[in-house]
Amino acid sequence: MTQTEAGTGVRSRGRASIEERTLRRDRWWQTPLAYGLTLAVVGLYLLYAVLVNRNYYWEPYISPMYSPCLTANCVANSGWGWFPSISPVTPALIIIVFPAGLRATCYYYRKAYYRSFFLSPPACAVAEPHKTYKGESRFPMVVQNVHRYFFYITLVFNAILTYDAVIAFRDHQGNWGHMGLGTLVLLVNAVLLWLYNLSCHSCRHVVGGRLRHFSKHPVRYWLWSQATRLNARHAQIAWASLVFVALTDLYVRLVASGTISDVRFF
Amino acid sequence: MVSTGPTNGSDERHPMTGNRMDSGDAAAHSWGEFERHRYDVVVIGAGGAGLRAAVAAHDAGARVAVVCKSLLGKAHTVMAEGGIAASMGNLYPDDNWRVHFRDTMRGGKMLNNWRMAQLHAQEAPERVLELEDWGALFDRTPDGLISQRDFGGHRYARLAHVGDRTGLEMIRTLQQHVVSLGIDVFMECTVTDIFKAPAGRGPGRVSGAFAYWRETGRFVVFEAPAVVLATGGIGKSYQVTSNSWEYTGDGHALAMRTGASLINMEFVQFHPTGMVWPPSVRGLLVTESVRGDGGALRNSEGQRFMFDYIPEYFKEETADSVEEAEGWYADKKNNRRPPELLPRDEVARAINSEIKAGRGSPHGGVYLDIASRRDAEFIKRRLPSMYHQFKELADVDITKEPMEVGPTCHYVMGGVEVDADTEESIVTGLYAAGEVAGGMHGSNRLGGNSLSDLLVFGRRAGHHAAYYTHRLRDDRPAIAEDDVRNAADRALAPFEIQDGGENPYTIQKDLQDVMQRLVGIIRTADELSEALVEIERLKERAKHLAVEGNRQYNPGWHLAIDLTNQLIVSECIAKAALERKESRGGHTRDDYPGPDDSWGQVNLVLTLPGGDFASPVELRHQPLPVMPGELEELFD
Amino acid sequence: MGYDLSMRVWRGDAGGGALGDYTVAVEEGEVVLDAIHRLQATQAGDLAVRWNCKAGKCGSCSAEVNGRPRLMCMTRLSDFDPAETITVTPVRTFPVIRDLVTDVSYNYEKARQVPAVQLPPRDPDGKRRMMQQDVQRGQEFRKCIECFLCQDVCHVIRDHEDNKPKYAGPRFFIRYAELDMHPLDTTDRRKLAQDAAGLGMCNITKCCTEVCPEGIKITDNAIIPMKERVVDRKYDPVTWLGSKIRRRDPRDEV
Repeated sequence: MTQTEAGTGVRSRGRASIEERTLRRDRWWQTPLAYGLTLAVVGLYLLYAVLVNRNYYWEPYISPMYSPCLTANCVANSGWGWFPSISPVTPALIIIVFPAGLRATCYYYRKAYYRSFFLSPPACAVAEPHKTYKGESRFPMVVQNVHRYFFYITLVFNAILTYDAVIAFRDHQGNWGHMGLGTLVLLVNAVLLWLYNLSCHSCRHVVGGRLRHFSKHPVRYWLWSQATRLNARHAQIAWASLVFVALTDLYVRLVASGTISDVRFF
Repeated sequence: MVSTGPTNGSDERHPMTGNRMDSGDAAAHSWGEFERHRYDVVVIGAGGAGLRAAVAAHDAGARVAVVCKSLLGKAHTVMAEGGIAASMGNLYPDDNWRVHFRDTMRGGKMLNNWRMAQLHAQEAPERVLELEDWGALFDRTPDGLISQRDFGGHRYARLAHVGDRTGLEMIRTLQQHVVSLGIDVFMECTVTDIFKAPAGRGPGRVSGAFAYWRETGRFVVFEAPAVVLATGGIGKSYQVTSNSWEYTGDGHALAMRTGASLINMEFVQFHPTGMVWPPSVRGLLVTESVRGDGGALRNSEGQRFMFDYIPEYFKEETADSVEEAEGWYADKKNNRRPPELLPRDEVARAINSEIKAGRGSPHGGVYLDIASRRDAEFIKRRLPSMYHQFKELADVDITKEPMEVGPTCHYVMGGVEVDADTEESIVTGLYAAGEVAGGMHGSNRLGGNSLSDLLVFGRRAGHHAAYYTHRLRDDRPAIAEDDVRNAADRALAPFEIQDGGENPYTIQKDLQDVMQRLVGIIRTADELSEALVEIERLKERAKHLAVEGNRQYNPGWHLAIDLTNQLIVSECIAKAALERKESRGGHTRDDYPGPDDSWGQVNLVLTLPGGDFASPVELRHQPLPVMPGELEELFD
Repeated sequence: MGYDLSMRVWRGDAGGGALGDYTVAVEEGEVVLDAIHRLQATQAGDLAVRWNCKAGKCGSCSAEVNGRPRLMCMTRLSDFDPAETITVTPVRTFPVIRDLVTDVSYNYEKARQVPAVQLPPRDPDGKRRMMQQDVQRGQEFRKCIECFLCQDVCHVIRDHEDNKPKYAGPRFFIRYAELDMHPLDTTDRRKLAQDAAGLGMCNITKCCTEVCPEGIKITDNAIIPMKERVVDRKYDPVTWLGSKIRRRDPRDEV
């Protein structure tokens, strides 16, 4: 075989002439495919949950997709009513931007969706189909650099969702000291979302990573060390919290729509 | 690949070598199309000594080229694990150069060149601190100073280190410094000849060097009045070795062919702990730090046999009971050192005896156990590369099981005879530093003294080479065109042989077999004489080396050239070993088991009057330089 | 315990080449490099291959084994089925010289563009003081053996030859990170890392980390922290404003 017309990438002139775009023989396409499908299914479900604009509240449970519910068109008792009604637009629209922004700019999800959806690259040492590539060096992808602001803002959301979990220790009539399966679901959801934020790369950077002298900042060094430990699990936590948000919404939705009834513990 | 010399101020640089580009300089020469370069100093070898020499020569204002067989940063120095011995006193303020000097001399069984040992001990601390200035990140003490670790034969914890990858840190630091200084590097370029111009008397003056690019097979001529040899050792002459393919004794052979002399070639260090299994990694180094950090040697009966092998010479400072040895790790003031930390020659011989006595492990080694003595966390932190190496290559988890280890050819104490202060050989303009130079380590090198040796004498060689060229002014020796032609013919000879030629790989394998069997750790007169006959036979066969393919990146051809160097140094080792009728350091004669005081005053000097690998090596006795009184007192 | 291994090895040069079929006798416990060496010693004396230490410490024998960037000396044959054919090619991101040897000049060129470390004078006693916890992040990056497998696998240059001039690659991002985290260094390289070295082109798909034979967490510990440091310097309005008003780089405080 001699060098035919010079191509691009691994077939560029001067490189070893090998026709195959990859010589990998394992099933390299499995992981990106699985991740892509999961992201698509969960994403579509969450989109549906946001747009459908009902069945998100069953006292004392509120779907995390709708909390904090800030407009006047939130269902009774579910929200704060700070803003006028934007009906028929879903009140979730105001807030969903932030958690969605956090995940869209997350260093882990970027890896997952660049591989699965952008095929850039589909897998290691597998040639990507694009002719040109600029990465995150210019608009729009340079916006990825705002990740830390989403991180800060969503800390507030985590506090609110924790509050939602706490007030879920009531029964349907509003009496304190009760708990149902929904309470547990909201609680786990809040914990996972905290873990997601605390394991975030930006978090690791701001608590201590930006320092050059850990020795002069023992407390921040300790915080950084803890963030580092969590950060090693960031990918797993990202998936767990994403899927669990959807499940939490689903649970509240099923209860609120009357499809199932809440399992009460006490 | 085109690479050109540094003239006419062009700022463009060659991407691979980083050398300044100037097309005019690469113009075809009158004879053939040899690329030509002019430098003040050409350094051969890009390990610790070569790079340090290049930096020193550059700092002294010389135009320097580094020529190396591999890519920059791949030199064998990366394999050094333990550390750099330097009496900085960061942990033990009692440590100073005199203690280090004494340890070095005693480790070398007093056969060291005292002046080299003195300079080495005095200058090593500053050389280490310099590396830190250039970006090295050593492990730290709690006070933030450079941490120092224990090693065999050193009175105090003295080795500046980075985990167990100190050599890598050193080579990377020097490499990055060389790059930042803009020194020209000729990578994957092998020197095959050093040119001389006849001088009034003596063996002449260096005028340049001849090399080929491994990539293209094209030749390069370096015009330079000073050449620094920093080519490392000879380990590839042995079957079981911790050394890489590059260690073919090029510098040793080049020096001899140029008229310089070698000393102490009978002293070859077998590192006591090399891997023995699987076969493909047999010989691969297991760092002495394993023992420094608490590892114990056991035979197949589970016995810590080193207690049975403590020689009279080291009795006073070695623990004779397990209790005392165990106590040493925590309290070094009131306990003596475990016998596992005796100098390398002692430990290697002990392991060899255990294996011969049938108390070896299944794959023909002994056990080195740290798993049962230190917790997994400690082992992974202190010995990360070892953990990785055994896990990846032998499927052994050293935090759970003992390692199987045995002696492996590691280092040659012998080398080019040089002036202690300037590192110049008896040939004017030819310098040597690092493993290729002889004298510093006497009959046995202490662990950690190699990296410091590279830095101390690399720098000295570079400086003095630069000063020498400054002193020359315009009186530069010229290269004779006939010499260039002969060098090219010699290098191309393997392509001329058509039928019935010898395969270089086969001869190399046979040579390794001879050296391993007959010139190994334990030697006898009969076997050494047999080895010399065998080597003679191999030399005869090597006259008919043939290679297939063309000159472009052809490893067979490269080996054919390196092989002749291996034959020269192998003959030197066997010849000197046969002559020295005693056992001392890295030279053990079964027929002369003890050291002999009269031999303790003698260096064996080897020369190659014929100047060609096929001509015989000659040997003569030379008295050892005498140590001055004030140093002598340190040994009372 | 030995067996006959079927191999396909790429032979050729910049002008062209192809995978050649070979059968090599191999022993238990051997690695791919052993098989290549035996091939060289017995069947193909001029088979070009770059190697040195054969212990995973020098990073010379980089190649692609069954399409995956690997060090040949650290790829054990026992990881493969004896009946499997093992395909060995040169790394596919750099120009080939011959057979398994490639021209890795790109990396040496990039190395020269990183401004060297610049330390202040030593302490009065002639030594320097740095605490272990302050040097250990940099020490992880200095484990790098420069095998350039991370550069090989990085799609930014593997799949886009035209990006080579403006992109330094993962190996040099860890160098930038090492210097930026050095407790005594005095040069700010963050803007350089983003602009000249092309840090922004990395889309953190982590293949560099996956192939690193030294297990360096290139993406999590070097590239992402460097991106965050660049954000500090370039994209954070608060610190930007602070540096304008107080005329002080926040880097000096920490």
